[in-house]
Amino acid sequence: MAILECKDLSFAYDGETVLEKVDFSLNAGDYLCVVGENGSGKSTLIKGLLGLKAPDRGSIRFGEGLQSTEIGYLPQQTQIQRDFPASVREVVLSGCLNSLGRRLHYNAGDRERAAMNLERMGVEDLADKSYHELSGGQQQRVLLARALCATKKLLLLDEPVTGLDPIATGEMYNLIKLVNLCDGITVIMVSHDIRAAVRYATHILHLGHEQLFFGSCAEYRESSLARRFSGGGGL
Amino acid sequence: MSEFVRMLSYHFMQRALLVGVLVSLCAALLGVSLVLKRYSMIGDGLSHVGFGALAIASALHLAPLAVAVPVVIVAAVLLLRLSESKRIKGDAAIAIISSSALAIGVISVSVTTGMNTEVSSYMFGSILSLSRTDTVLSVILSAAVLALFIAFYPRLFAVTFDETFSKATGTKTEIYNTLLAVLTAITVVLGMRMMGALLISSLIIFPALSAMRVCRSFRSVVITAAAVSISCFLIGAVASYFLETPTGASIVAANLLAFAAFSLAGRKH
Repeated sequence: MAILECKDLSFAYDGETVLEKVDFSLNAGDYLCVVGENGSGKSTLIKGLLGLKAPDRGSIRFGEGLQSTEIGYLPQQTQIQRDFPASVREVVLSGCLNSLGRRLHYNAGDRERAAMNLERMGVEDLADKSYHELSGGQQQRVLLARALCATKKLLLLDEPVTGLDPIATGEMYNLIKLVNLCDGITVIMVSHDIRAAVRYATHILHLGHEQLFFGSCAEYRESSLARRFSGGGGL
Repeated sequence: MSEFVRMLSYHFMQRALLVGVLVSLCAALLGVSLVLKRYSMIGDGLSHVGFGALAIASALHLAPLAVAVPVVIVAAVLLLRLSESKRIKGDAAIAIISSSALAIGVISVSVTTGMNTEVSSYMFGSILSLSRTDTVLSVILSAAVLALFIAFYPRLFAVTFDETFSKATGTKTEIYNTLLAVLTAITVVLGMRMMGALLISSLIIFPALSAMRVCRSFRSVVITAAAVSISCFLIGAVASYFLETPTGASIVAANLLAFAAFSLAGRKH
């Protein structure tokens, strides 16, 4: 059964269509990479999936009891202030925000979940450090732990390796794959890194103001689109 | 020592210290969020609007707080909208609104009462300016500000740290931004009587900045800012009594010294 179904989606800003004909569905446990050039509509699709921007046409439907507020979102680094005084523990705990409901403060269960996800990401020894003292790779792990606090089913990652060195990039990809395989969490990742995309993902969505391709990685490798996008070298 | 005891025996001093401690506390708590959200200028803008409102209230012989609190709350919501709007430059809009409000206040003062001590106390603050009803109202309002801040602390943190994430996980961020603006408006008006319109914004900005020099977590920044704010208020207020310096200016001076000390301490890390 589909965990996410997008039907004939289109988005517009001030009446001007920026993304159209998006039509795909994902099953639980899939790992989708969204690729495309800058300005191809990737960020718009993310906003749409998060419910921050209403589609102009078409529909987004979540399955398996998932709500749009139960997506574990990892935003682009640039959206967070680098000098913000917050401890790692505070940042991760804030991922439990959507389980507060009518409660005002976090309870023991929330704290436990935060601690568990810190451990899962291998950053439990950084819990009392300040977020802005961490390296780029550590910061992304912390944000991934926060995203995991917010979801049990679907992670939405917006260019999670931008600005990381090769080692941190590899570690980040492995962690994401691990969460996907071991916990069965569906992953949607926006990426510029087409080679990593076909290596780790199960499905590819290629955007260029409209849906240019959706299908499995194997199908994508064979497509002329992939050859062109990868600079002719093949994938 | 006996001078100190005599100071504490004056009713106006007791009222000033009580209200001052509460308002300093509120200002420090809200200040952390405002500074981190880059909303510092809103506090400054609101103080000018507050001056305009107090001047008009005084010209019309109305109760100052009863006029100023609602006017400044409306202005706060307006300023928040403006600073979030992409079409208008937020800081320019704040500058226009605050100087316009100041101009209206000055005009209404000059055509009615003239520059009397009451008006001057709105500008530069006065420790004597709190009446009994003002005190009661101030205590109630600052208690409300504190209660709301503590109640919504986890949400305010999340909205301050990462608004997009909070929104994506279903938090109505506009509500909390508005809450922040309304609480700030109340605090600015309450603090203005003592600090003066020209100096109240420093009560919001300074303690947060000082605390951020040395603290590593949001909670410790909030607690340190509160402690710094209350200490600087008490030091400034007592100093102003003995040295006969203006209250607001003395409190700002104390905050400036604290900021310098915290900056030095923070550099060692």
